[in-house]
Amino acid sequence: MSDAPTTARTVRFRGGGFAPTTRRGVGLAVFVTLVLLVEWGTRSGWISALTLPKPSDVLATFGELWSSGLLVKHMVPSLTRLIVGAALGASVGIGVGILIGLFSYIRAGLVPLVAAIFPIPKIALLPLFVIWFGIDEGSKYALIAFGTFTPTVVATYGAVDNVDRTLIRMGQSFGLSWLSIVRKIVLPGAMPGILSGLRISLAIAIILLVAAEMLGAQYGIGAYILEAGSLYDLERLFAGVVILSLMGLLTSGVIGLVEKRLLRWRD
Amino acid sequence: MDIRLDGISHSYGDTEVLRDINLSVPSGRIACMVGPSGCGKSTLLRFIGGLERPSAGQVLQVGNPPADCLNPLTYVFQHFALLPWRSVRGNISLVLEDHGIRGARAETIIADVLARTRLSDFADALPKQLSGGMKQRVAIARALAVNPAVMLMDEPLSALDSQTRELLMDDLVALWTRQPFTAVYVTHNLAEAVRLGHQIVVLSRRPGQIREVVEIDKPLEARGYADPDLEAVQKHLWDLMRDEARAADAELIHV
Ligand SMILES: Nc1ncnc2c1ncn2[C@@H]1O[C@H](COP(=O)(O)OP(=O)(O)OP(=O)(O)O)[C@@H](O)[C@H]1O
Ligand SMILES: [Mg+2]
Repeated sequence: MSDAPTTARTVRFRGGGFAPTTRRGVGLAVFVTLVLLVEWGTRSGWISALTLPKPSDVLATFGELWSSGLLVKHMVPSLTRLIVGAALGASVGIGVGILIGLFSYIRAGLVPLVAAIFPIPKIALLPLFVIWFGIDEGSKYALIAFGTFTPTVVATYGAVDNVDRTLIRMGQSFGLSWLSIVRKIVLPGAMPGILSGLRISLAIAIILLVAAEMLGAQYGIGAYILEAGSLYDLERLFAGVVILSLMGLLTSGVIGLVEKRLLRWRD
Repeated sequence: MDIRLDGISHSYGDTEVLRDINLSVPSGRIACMVGPSGCGKSTLLRFIGGLERPSAGQVLQVGNPPADCLNPLTYVFQHFALLPWRSVRGNISLVLEDHGIRGARAETIIADVLARTRLSDFADALPKQLSGGMKQRVAIARALAVNPAVMLMDEPLSALDSQTRELLMDDLVALWTRQPFTAVYVTHNLAEAVRLGHQIVVLSRRPGQIREVVEIDKPLEARGYADPDLEAVQKHLWDLMRDEARAADAELIHV
């Protein structure tokens, strides 16, 4: 022990962080700031009208779109395509993913196939789908369904693989039937992974929706954007893009809600 | 219903894990199994419950389980194995549903086992809201709900702190005194073994063989914390195990 006078200091805090918490309104603030910045830039002239449209003009275009009834005319077919296509792709994807997760033979047969299909840009297959399913809605549903299918399969069988095996052994040790184990242990256990996979799949579905509508659709957000683009009508182009962003926000919000409901048990 | 192990040997690939295990666990008695880490205790327990098959030998059930027994061989796991998405009640009803027991009949059983494990107030809690000791009591309640003929317990208390462990040991003794059950109880803790075991099976290091079976005649309810009779047995067990444990420990380094 030294004889130097003992000094007392508070221990330096070095914990904390790495635990994201909800901060309401920050996202909105960032968004509003960006829009205001662009508005100010385009008004004062250091952003030229050719580079970016004025946000207020985009808003006006949006208003016109609404009052003329065109918005509904474009949104209804787009949403139908999105919902039908994504529901088809996601449900088949979840089914196949679970089968791959449960059966070795199906896994051995399908995993390489899925890996081979995954990197193909589905848009490139659109002409093929047109031949197979017709120029009408069929090919659009197929494209969206096919595009959501692959990421959903991969997320689902990964999620099934990650279900705690001790829980499955527990189920077997209590004499639960195979179906009960799948329904009551495997499915709920895989749910977190399946839902986070759906987040990605649905974003891909929106991207493919636009792609499908750029080819042979009279109405739909994609058709609207394509038309605006070919006329270099930036206001309308941006109005369309904003609609797409809103759709993305909406789907991710819905998944967030579903997660909150279904995954309350997580710590 | 008795359990008899008949010449059980097992190898995983080239590693011989168990060699010629012969043992009989009579009805209504608790057999504790102790042995160095990796000697095959958990493996043996998986054989007894039919979750895995030994390379040689067989596990026999002698006699019939009682008529109201839903799942004769029932496990209590080290890490509880509760479904995190089901409440305490839901976790127990899980094992009843497949036997077609629902509604009022299930409620009666659930209320009974929760009362026996002092959990009645927590029927609607989710596992994440419970302490470790309570989770293990839920797992015990779930095991009791199917009225097992034999309980297979793999280090059921080792994930808990020592105070909780003492309390749960008292709980187990109380449950057994009220209604004696047969159990095979694997543990690393010699104090647990002498407190709960009617017979204590000492296994050697891998390949696990039975080195000695120590019988303790003192009734469970008469055994207490730091009981001098039990301490003597515990010392004997430790003498048996020390060299095995040391050798097993050294072996792991060479792997
Ligand atoms: N599925 C398996 N495949 C291959 N080897 C295994 C398997 N399960 C266990 N083993 C090996 O068998 C041996 C016995 O394992 P076991 O888990 O039964 O030991 P234990 O006595 O329960 O050990 P502990 O006291 O640490 O729980 C170990 O060497 C282990 O590595
Ligand atoms: Mg073990």
